[in-house]
Parts: sequence; structure tokens; C-alpha cells
Amino acid sequence: MADLLQILTMAVTVGSLYALIALGYTMVYGILKFINFAHSDVVVLGAWGSFLFASALLPRVGVGAPLPWWVGGAALLFAMALCGLTGFLIERFAYRPLRGAPRLNVLITAIGVSLFLQNAGQLQFTLVRGDDTAQPPAPALRLPFGTQPQRMPTLLPDSDLLVIGEGQSTARIGSLDVVIIATALALMVLLDLLVRRTKFGMAMRAVSFNTDSAALMGVPVNRVISMTFVLGAVLAAAAGFLYVLKFPTVQQTAHPTWVLVGLKAFVAAVVGGIGNLRGAVLGGFLIAFAEQFGESYLQKYLGSGLKDVYVFSALILVLLLRPTGILGSPLREKV
Amino acid sequence: MKNSMRSISRRRAATVFLTAAATLGGGLGWLIAPAGTLADDAGKPILIGHYGSLTGAEATFGKSTSNGIKLALKEFNAAGGLNGRPIELREYDTKGDPKEAGTVVTRLVASDKVTAVLGEVASSLSLAGAPICQEHGVPMITPSSTNPRVTKVGDMIFRVCFIDAFQGFACARFAVDRNAKRVATLYDQSSAYSEGLARDFKRAITKLGGEVPSEQRYKAGDNDFTAQLVAIRGTNPDMIFIPGYYTDVGNIAIQARRLGISCPLLGGDGWDSDQLAKIGGEAIEGAFYSNHYAAQDETPKVQDFIRKYKAEFGDIPDGLAALGYDAAKLLFDAMKRAKSLEGKDLAAAIAATRDFDAVTGNVTIGPDRNAVKSAVIVQMKNGERTMVARVEPDQAKE
Repeated sequence: MADLLQILTMAVTVGSLYALIALGYTMVYGILKFINFAHSDVVVLGAWGSFLFASALLPRVGVGAPLPWWVGGAALLFAMALCGLTGFLIERFAYRPLRGAPRLNVLITAIGVSLFLQNAGQLQFTLVRGDDTAQPPAPALRLPFGTQPQRMPTLLPDSDLLVIGEGQSTARIGSLDVVIIATALALMVLLDLLVRRTKFGMAMRAVSFNTDSAALMGVPVNRVISMTFVLGAVLAAAAGFLYVLKFPTVQQTAHPTWVLVGLKAFVAAVVGGIGNLRGAVLGGFLIAFAEQFGESYLQKYLGSGLKDVYVFSALILVLLLRPTGILGSPLREKV
Repeated sequence: MKNSMRSISRRRAATVFLTAAATLGGGLGWLIAPAGTLADDAGKPILIGHYGSLTGAEATFGKSTSNGIKLALKEFNAAGGLNGRPIELREYDTKGDPKEAGTVVTRLVASDKVTAVLGEVASSLSLAGAPICQEHGVPMITPSSTNPRVTKVGDMIFRVCFIDAFQGFACARFAVDRNAKRVATLYDQSSAYSEGLARDFKRAITKLGGEVPSEQRYKAGDNDFTAQLVAIRGTNPDMIFIPGYYTDVGNIAIQARRLGISCPLLGGDGWDSDQLAKIGGEAIEGAFYSNHYAAQDETPKVQDFIRKYKAEFGDIPDGLAALGYDAAKLLFDAMKRAKSLEGKDLAAAIAATRDFDAVTGNVTIGPDRNAVKSAVIVQMKNGERTMVARVEPDQAKE
């Protein structure tokens, strides 16, 4: 019973992260009808951006001292701003010149942007060269990230909020899980309000429905597309930040971890019905439940280490039953 | 077609022919020229190759190895090289990717025509490069691939580290000596190294009277080990053996402690990195791992190596740097003894290595081209690596 609760907590936590990332995939697909493969690299940028920000800020507020509550929030905002800007630049310089080009070209470009970001992130050069002999050593600002995995500073103490059971079967629900789930849900609700209740959201939906008609009605299509990329990137930044809070080894930018996270979030978007925002959230949770419960409860029969198998089996199953995803609308081919 | 042929005037055709002939002649002359100088290659550098993960997920592995090799190279060249001929290193990045490893090793042996190849660290990558070296008859020495299959590729492939069968035994011996008889394992099923070491460990500990109550697997790239750790927790083991790489161990240790698992963690040489203490933080405190050498070893040759390495690169060498250094030195030693630098003669000289005085212990190349040597067990104490035990190769024979 306690084990079940533990797995459930993990599934909800991981699911909310997948959902945040899946939203970015699904928004871009909804508007431009192509998969932005560079999206997972924006997640990485969010993780590393918040790591750099937090490790630069920590010495200034005092190491070891109880952290002021705003440090985590500031790191989150910094990552969001950095990723929002990057998302904007990616769209402006990589995708906009290809507007109207065959969709395959855009797809290949997306893969190119992804590889560029992965490899550029491994470069490292020192901006402020510290004097090596100085005691204590002068701080050196190293940019961008290099090839070494790093440890994300503990911005939030992960204290137990709820402990159920005892001994070998204990469920511990930590404050970190609650913060991650709450932040993710708050962002999802905000996005939902933005899309459904504001004028900008209406413009987004209009562009998604029919780009040409929207343009004729006076919707600034390019600006809406730019903003969609920025929104997706901001959510990705939040996901990256929350991810490294939960799994504090910040892996280098080309590590399989990130590819896998991106891929699973993409699967989540497809399972929920790509192009549908609520579907992406639903898909994110579904995928997380499949991998967590599959790994825990089927390992007796199938062995462990098969998380990805459960995720992709879920994908195949959903696509067999509902080819457009759970909440996806049937494809209307224009004749 | 006919018309177009006719349209070329005779004179034009003649010019084209002459130009072609001149180019061909020049090309041939260029091809012949270096052959003429082959006889007196004294003073010409000898090329050796290194392929390693200089970027990618396990970048410290490649970089440390590369530093070790470069240090050995510098010393050897400063001492006059091989009868006055300096040795030159050609180094390519595998990015931690087996496909990339195959490409760069082909480039080393087929295009650069190196005399010998050093590399890789990860067994999966050595297994990608070894068949190419074997096929081209170029000797390859892996500094630190411990999977037994690597040297089984053929008679051109050697190693200067112990194999996993021994490392698994050393870990099992250490666990049993500390009265940890029920040891769960958690390994990376996508890595030849991790999977092989877990199996060798299980075989050894069963032989020593212990047992493995739970065997859990993950895949490179996993960050969340909750499901596996919950299953391990249910069996209440005395210790957990995690033969993965340092990049994974941080998250595993943190999550294990978070789930209230308090038993010691044990690992293999894949843990050996300066980053381990940083990534794992307090969760890795008290954990053990087996390694090729310990920087705390008081032996003069170890301390001497550490001093030289520190002067050159600024930090304390890890085991992989020491092995890179040893592999290069062993290769140079064999080059001196070899009848010629032909692949076959060089391989014979490497195979004949007996009691070579290396930083990571005396190396004798056995009949299966593996090195026979001891292992050390290191413990993380206050973020520092401390040597706690040494396991000798003859103990494994009992």
C-alpha cells in the first residue's frame, strides 16, 4: 500500500513534467503543423540556465545559510526569460525563412537546430579568468555548460510532508514533489486561461484553425507564431528547472537523458492528440503512469528496466484504438 | 552524342589529352616520391592513434585518458623518443557513440596509417573499434575496458587493466569480508560493461556464500530509479551493488537515501571521477567502489606520477588517467623491444610484456592478452576518495 502511494506520487510528479513539455510540442504543431524537434533542447537550456543562475547567486546570499524563499523563483524566472528569448530566436531565424517551404524541409531544419543546440552546449570557455593562485580562488564564469555533469544546488529542502507506513515499506511524499506538481499545474491553468479567455488566445486558435483566413481577418500571423514559440519555450524552461530540482544531476546537453525526456513528452503529445492542449496534459500523465506502474508491477513477470517499453507500447495501443490520439479531432483533409 | 563528339575540335581534344597526361604523370610522381624516402625514415615521427570520448556523456573518461597518454608521450619524446624518432599522437573523439568509434578507428588505421591504437575506456566502444584494428593488423591497447569480450576479438587486441571477472570478484570479496552477504544489484542493461560486471559479481558472491536478493536494471539516460529502488528496498539488502557510470550514480544515491535506504552502496571503476563527490553530495558519502589505483597509495612511483600529472594538468589524476599513462608507456616499451614496427612484430612484443612496472601495479600480459594485476577498494569520506582495501589477483584463484 505504501509502495503504491510512493509510485503514485512519482508518477504524478514526472507526469506533470512530461505534460509541461508536451504542451510546447502540441502548441507548435497546432499552429504550424510540424514537430519542433529542438523543443527538448530548450528544456535542457532551462535546466542549465537555472543551474548557472542558482550557482552564481548562491555565493552572494551565503552558502549554507537558509536560502531566501525567492531564490528558486528567481532561478525559474531567469530560465523562463532565457528560454523564451531562445524560442523566439529559433523561430525567427530557423523556421520563419522556411514558411511556405515543404514541411519536410522544416522538419530537417528542426533536427539541425536540435543538434546545433546540443553541441554548442558542450562548448566551454571561461569568461572571467580567475587568478589560479588567489586564495580563495577567484570565481570564474564558465560559459556555456561544458561536458561535465553538474550538481544542481539544493534550492528547496526536500523534507517529508507525509510519511505513511514504516520500515521496508514507507511512502514519503516530500515538499519537492508538492512544489513541482503545484508549479506545473499553476502554469497549465494559466496557459488554459490565456488560450481560452484572452484576445491573444483567440488569435492563436484562429491561426491554428486556418492560417490564411486568420491573416485575412487581420490577425498578425507572424507575431502569433512567435508568441506561441515563446510560450512553449517558457513552459519548457519551467519543466527543465523543475526536472533538475527533482533529479539534481544536471547532465550535459547531448546526454541521452534529455533525448529520452523530449521523446516521451512528444509521445505524450501524440497520445493525447497532437494539437490539443488538454490532450497533451492528459497524455503526459498517462505516459508517466504507464512507465511507473509498468516498471513497478510488471517487473515480477517481465523483469525490470523496461520503462521505455511500457511508454511506447502505450503509444502503439492508443494509436491503434484512436489514430488521432485520445482527445485529437479526426483529421480533415481539404479537398 | 555523336554530334557533340564532333563538335570538339581536334586541337581542343589534343589539349585535353595532354593536360590529362600531365596531371596523371604528376600524380604518379607524387605517389612514387614518398616511397623513395621510406628507406631512411630516421627522425620521422611515428604516428600512434587514440580514440576516446572527449565530449559526450562520459567526457571525463576520454579527457583523463588523453591527459595520461599525453604525459607519457611528452616524457618519452623528451628522453629521445624511439631511437631518435619522436612519437606523434593522432587523437579523435568518439562522443561516447559506438558508431562514431567505428568511424574514427577506421580513419586512424586506414587513412592515418598509425602504428598502434590506444583506446577506448567504455567496453561498448572498444568492442566497436577492436574488430577494425584486428582486421587491419594494427595492435590496439585499451587502457581501461574491463569487459572480457574486448580482447577476445583477436590477437592484436590487448589491455592494461584487469577484467570484469576479477573486478566482480574483488567487489564480492570485499562485500563478504564486511559481512554483507545479501547484496542487491542495479545495473545499466544498455552497457556491456555494467551488465557484464553485474553478472560477474553475482557469480562471485554466490560462490563466496552470499546471495543477490534483487536484480534491477535501468537504461542509459534514465534519471528516475524509484520503481527499481522500491523493489530493492522490499528485500532489505545489506548492500547495493551499482556497476554503472558516475553520471548515473548521483541520482541513484540521492533517490535511494530519499526512499530511506541506508545500506552502503558499492560500485565499480566506472564511478571513478572527480565529479562523483560533487554530483552525489552527502548521498554518496560512505559509498565504496573498486578501482585500478588510489591516489592515496604511498608507493613512490604513484606519488611521482601524481606530482608530474599535477604539474602538467593541475589536478589529481583519476584511475583512467593513470591507465592511459600506463597503456602508452607499455606501448612505447614494446616498441623498443619489437623487431620492427610492423603490426605482427609489435603485437608479439606487447604480448611478451612481463612484470612491467606501471603506476597501476605490475603488469604481466597473460596468454589471453589481458593484464593480471590487483584492484583497490576506495571509500568516499568527506567528499574525498580513501583507499580501504586491496584485492590481489591470486586470491581469485582459490
